Formats: sequence, C-alpha cells, structure tokens
Amino acid sequence: MHIPDGFLDTRTWVGASAVSTAVVGYALRRTRETLGERQVPTLGVLAAFVFAAQMVNFPIVGGTSGHLIGGVLAAILAGPSAATIIMTTVLSVQALFFQDGGITALGANVLNMGVIAVFAGYGAYRLLSALVPGRAGRLTATFAASWLSVMASALAAALELALSRTVPLTVVLPAVLYWHALIGLGEALITSAVVAYAFRVNLVPALQVAPPPKEVVE
Amino acid sequence: MTGESFRSWRKPLLVLLAALAVAVFLAPLASPNPDGLDRVARDLGFAAREGRLHRAPLPGYTIPGLSLGRWTPAAAGLLGALLTCGLAWGVAALATRRKAQDPEPGHPRR
Repeated sequence: MHIPDGFLDTRTWVGASAVSTAVVGYALRRTRETLGERQVPTLGVLAAFVFAAQMVNFPIVGGTSGHLIGGVLAAILAGPSAATIIMTTVLSVQALFFQDGGITALGANVLNMGVIAVFAGYGAYRLLSALVPGRAGRLTATFAASWLSVMASALAAALELALSRTVPLTVVLPAVLYWHALIGLGEALITSAVVAYAFRVNLVPALQVAPPPKEVVE
Repeated sequence: MTGESFRSWRKPLLVLLAALAVAVFLAPLASPNPDGLDRVARDLGFAAREGRLHRAPLPGYTIPGLSLGRWTPAAAGLLGALLTCGLAWGVAALATRRKAQDPEPGHPRR
C-alpha cells in the first residue's frame, strides 16, 4: 500500500501533502486537548506495535501479499486523532529510514493510511457498534470497519495514481480494489483478534487517550 | 517506584514487549511476495516509474554491513520499532508539555 517516489505527479503529491498536513495539525491540536501525561507512553508503544505489525506481510492468493495498515486498530485503542499521529510517525520512519514508501509520496501515504483509513474506519466502527450493542457488536464492527478502512485507503491510492496520469482510473481501480478486498480480510482478522484481546485484558481504558465515547461504554 | 506508577506503566510496557516480539519473531516470517499495490504496478506496467530520491540508512529493512540471514528483518524491525516508539513518545510528550504551559495567565506562549 506504500506508494513509492515516481508514481505520483507533483500536483498530486503536493495536494495530498497539503491535506495531510492540515489533518495532522488538527489531530495534534485534538490530542493536545485530550492527552494526559499518563497516556504519553501509549502513543509510543502503539506506534511501535503498528510499525512491527506492518512488517509482517501475509500471503494472499496468486503470489501476492498484504500487511496490516493498523489505522482502525490504533483508532479503537487510542482514539482517532491519536491514531493519525501514530500512523504519521510510523509512515515517516518507514520512508526516511527504511525506504518503504516515497519521500514525495509521504503526504499521500499519510493521507491514505493515517487519515482516510483512520477516520473512515473509525467512523464505520462507531456507527456499527452503536447499531449492534455489546461484545458481539463491537467485534462485528471492528471486523467490518477494518475491511472498509483498507478499501477506502486503496480507493484513495487508486485516485491519486489516476490523478497523476500514471494509469487510467478505469484500469487501476478494479485491480487495486480486487487485491485489497482480499488484503482487507487479513486486516479485519488481525484487528479483530487484537481488539478482542485488548478489551479482554482491559488494555483499552488503560491506553485510551480520549475519554471513551458514551455510546461504546458498556 | 510506587504501586500506582507501576500499574500505569505495566500495560504500555506489555504492548511494547508485544511489538518487539512481533518484530523479532514474526517479521522474519513475512511473505516476500509483492504487496497489493506492487502487484498492480507490475501487472499494469508502471512499476518501472519507481524512483529513489534519497538513500535510506536501512533500505528495505536490511542493515548495510550486517548479515544475519533470515534474522535480518528481526534486527531491522527491532531498531525500527524502538525508533518509532521514541519518536511517537516524543511527539506526545511535546504536546502535553505545551498544554501544561497553556493555562498560565499573562505568560505568552513561547
């Protein structure tokens, strides 16, 4: 899912970077309002977890692999604004130190995985977990929202590639969505397992940055 | 360390240990196959557009000059996870510190 340098034209990566910068700025302000000193380590350790989990490519069909994005995972465990900061940190380290994702494409990768995956995924999670109450609802919501977050992220990447005239949208969109519909299942399985475990051992109130939304409190 | 402060540190510490365990024990098992986007780039013939604008110190989760065979990603992952942890921690610490300065009346923010 990490776009390398060279895939996006200047107009597209500059535009994506501007949007990302604005949202990361908003997320920083939100986090500043809600973050207590005790939750500072939370952002660090969750970022480390997302970084490590993203390294573990799992095979899907046809000689292709995928890996966790972790946007919904971070958003459920720490809140969406904290998740955007976590994802931005992970993506920056990957691009700067590991050549995973381009430098010019960093803004687009933050937009896809740190903003769209987080907010679309977390929005879907909140909506679905309000519809179906209880533990089963939370797990269903986690599963569906994680899958959706990957699809939203893939859709954004396809649009950026098409806007850059790298490849026509009608060609790239079905291909990108096909593979990520499968990769999204991996995202959904991993996120559901980790979230279920985190709630079972009461990691969530311990890690939560923002006070938990009222609808989700049981 | 008091019991109270230990309790508040225990869970983040467990998450960090889990992260390091994933990096060390699972990263070496990662599939080497292209990921979804790489696969599409190959199939649709735009993979060759990829260009490098900088040289990362640990390109592709390897450590130049160090060969640990299949454990190379474990070492790179360990370094990367700790680096990411420190960076996110620092950003969060900075955010709370600035907040602590905010309520003081009559002191313009630096």
